[in-house]
Amino acid sequence: MVAALGFTALAAALAAGCGGGDGDTLTFGTASDPVVLDGALVSDGESLRVIDQMFETLVGLEAGTTKIVPELAESWVASDDGLEWTFTLQDGVTFHDGEPFNAEAVCFNFDRWYNFSGPLQNSSVSYYWQTVFRGYAENEDETLDPSLYESCTAQDELTAVIRITEPSSAFLGALALVNFGIASPKALTDYEADAGTVDEEAGVFQPTGTYGTEQPTGTGPFKFDSWERNDKLTLVRNDDYWGEKAKLGTLIFRPIPDNAARLQALQTGEIQGYDLVEPQDIETIEADDSLQILDRPAFNVGYVTINQAQPPMDNLLVRQAVAHGLDRQAVVDNFYAGRGEVAHQFMPPLVEGYADQVTEYEYDPARSRQLLQQAGLTLPVAIEFWYPTEVSRPYMPDPRRNFEAFAASLNESGFRVTARNAPWNPDYLGRQQNGTAGHLNLIGWTGDYGDPDNFVGTFFQSQQPAWGTNEFPNREIMDLLNRAERETDIAARTALYQEANQKIADWIPGVPYVHTSPALAFQANVTGYTPSPVSLEEFASVEFTEGGEEE
Amino acid sequence: MLRFVVRRLLLLVPILLGLSILVFFWIRALPGDPARALLGERATEQTIEQVREQYGLDRPVHIQYIAYMRLVVRGNLGTSIKSRRPVTEEISRRFPATIELAAAAMIFAVFLGVPLGFAAAKRYGGVVDNASLVGSLIGISIPIFFLALILKWIFAVKLGLFPTIGRQSSQISIDHPTNFYVLDAIIALDPVALWDALMHLVLPAIALGSIPLAIIARITRASVLDVQNEDYVRTARAKGLESRIVDRRHIFRNAMLPVVTIIGLQAGLLLSGAILTEKVFAIPGMGSWLADAIVARDYPVLQGGILFVAVVFVLVNLLVDVSYALVDPRVRVSG
Repeated sequence: MVAALGFTALAAALAAGCGGGDGDTLTFGTASDPVVLDGALVSDGESLRVIDQMFETLVGLEAGTTKIVPELAESWVASDDGLEWTFTLQDGVTFHDGEPFNAEAVCFNFDRWYNFSGPLQNSSVSYYWQTVFRGYAENEDETLDPSLYESCTAQDELTAVIRITEPSSAFLGALALVNFGIASPKALTDYEADAGTVDEEAGVFQPTGTYGTEQPTGTGPFKFDSWERNDKLTLVRNDDYWGEKAKLGTLIFRPIPDNAARLQALQTGEIQGYDLVEPQDIETIEADDSLQILDRPAFNVGYVTINQAQPPMDNLLVRQAVAHGLDRQAVVDNFYAGRGEVAHQFMPPLVEGYADQVTEYEYDPARSRQLLQQAGLTLPVAIEFWYPTEVSRPYMPDPRRNFEAFAASLNESGFRVTARNAPWNPDYLGRQQNGTAGHLNLIGWTGDYGDPDNFVGTFFQSQQPAWGTNEFPNREIMDLLNRAERETDIAARTALYQEANQKIADWIPGVPYVHTSPALAFQANVTGYTPSPVSLEEFASVEFTEGGEEE
Repeated sequence: MLRFVVRRLLLLVPILLGLSILVFFWIRALPGDPARALLGERATEQTIEQVREQYGLDRPVHIQYIAYMRLVVRGNLGTSIKSRRPVTEEISRRFPATIELAAAAMIFAVFLGVPLGFAAAKRYGGVVDNASLVGSLIGISIPIFFLALILKWIFAVKLGLFPTIGRQSSQISIDHPTNFYVLDAIIALDPVALWDALMHLVLPAIALGSIPLAIIARITRASVLDVQNEDYVRTARAKGLESRIVDRRHIFRNAMLPVVTIIGLQAGLLLSGAILTEKVFAIPGMGSWLADAIVARDYPVLQGGILFVAVVFVLVNLLVDVSYALVDPRVRVSG
């Protein structure tokens, strides 16, 4: 402490220069370093955030929405059978290395992904290719399905034709994923993007080329400058960008794993913004005139899983009793700092296919008890209810509080709840997913892209132990979702998903209870950042307003 | 002496072998598997099975161990599951950060603790003595985590005197040939970068150095009190030596022996304290890295990191033993 005071006078001189931003440079605090700057090989948000600034996809999303708009393709048309997609490309686009962007480059990228082999077929490496296109040219694992992708042909300089093997309504929207950003074929080849070694002991794929660590080359408004691992990653403006150029000259990403440390770095001006603000910090930030909070539209759902493999949960009357016994309004009102809304469906309202009307279950303890008696059970009905510890998620900032409130309301409603918990990852998630987390458990989901398939399709289209394997998924619902996925007519597809949502609400595999808006924090003088429901946020339009230079 | 050092170094082999077995099996006894930790919420049973297979996690443990040791003897500690970088590469970046932090904390603790302890002993029972007693009790009993947060809150957030995160400000750009940022700044002959690196060390060093400071001050005090009642001190005084010289030559040098040992023993304490300090100040060092690896079940990082730390530990202890012999000619290490 004495020493600290001793430094005081000297330190004061530095303090002014200690911030990370001036009018031209913005420093953003992230939770961790990216893994590698190659969209095809990553699935984590921190990698994708950085890649998104340097790369562009054939189609994009309108800022702040999930609406598909032209990006590298200025227009597109699908054949009548839905199998052939013709993309007309933007003219006059060049990659950061000066190479021209054209139909051949587009096909080179798709063929690269399709021909992944060995460890590149690992779902922890090319997760999104598998999610959207399922398989590869030659599947090396028998659990993989045949590929949805068939071929890509460069019809002329600016026309790329992509053929798929069966109609898919999710195909176009999925192309907006950062993972499918178009990279310079020359850079991919020269810097050996696909080269890597496999760890003999643990089998981890380690890229050995320099493409993803030193030479990521896209067409976006920012280009790569330098990366000091664990310290900072610097991007600079692409002055040759074909569209509106970035307003910032330099964009720096600094990894700060600790949430409290991120907040303090924002307060001192060492960073100018960060993502996933903890709900308890929002008040502090809002009270500070030099800081601001931005809301990201709700794109998640928190729900209570009901495991039908655990009797008496296989009885619909009991599941109805659970739904009526959960005081969802109280939980949302009390524990979400005004940022939550009560959920009735397994997808947020802004996603296509959200039904206008589904069966809703008001909190009604008397009705619950009556339903349980009707099911022939003696009250109270003993159940095990699991919740995770050591985790905070946008849809459940403090799982224990949600659990306690739910347990209290269930105890009112004819149940006797036994509390069980486990640390989130991997312990709790493991139990939750393999169906050994009690009769009820708390869980949730944040969407990857703006499609109903990414919500209800993920949950209910295939058999999953989490719901109990005996009865669910209900055939009818599975068939509806399968049909919806193949339907290319948007109106017909939306109707199918709406029907599925109504059926799900009647079947009650679980009880959705909240959608929340995650928060980002910035210095007050930062403008032009538009939060997106799917976290695809451009820094190109970000700038400092007047006074931005005084840190 | 040389035989002693060589013998101790040879002892490293069985120690590390035993430790590697312990760590290897202990990590695999942890509940939860890394495939699931890696895939998180996105995991399906199918993808987990696939990842387990690709990472060889479905093989018998002893087969996995032999495969691992084959790599280790070739100097390869494997690849981090999470960052997909070689563990040795990560260590080369992170170890200097922790050493720099620990060294700064030790410098703070020694250069403040020894004079404090000495002054307290010289004025035994006086104000300085009592104040330092209370001070060191507080120093020992405040959790590092709490002290780090308080220091940061007051001196960085409220007063704005120090940076709150990392090892250097984002506008500083110098090469890092050694990854010791202070040293790198000196090599680059960049006074601004040097000042910046030092500023980033002040608060973490104080937080991490507080417990060693208190211990060193108490040990110094007790040791000085012992020594100053020794016959040779009385003799020196009786000879009419100036008290300044008695203090320096006869008391201080002899009183330093136990202090040197304590400084060596603090090495372990510093590493465990570094985990918390690194977390609070977002310093990318060994401590926070290993702590995160436990949560993520990043086996290669845990195995490689712990083995590496163990080697460092054994070497530091050897160094302490050797320096002990150097400081005190009466101590003769025998082969």
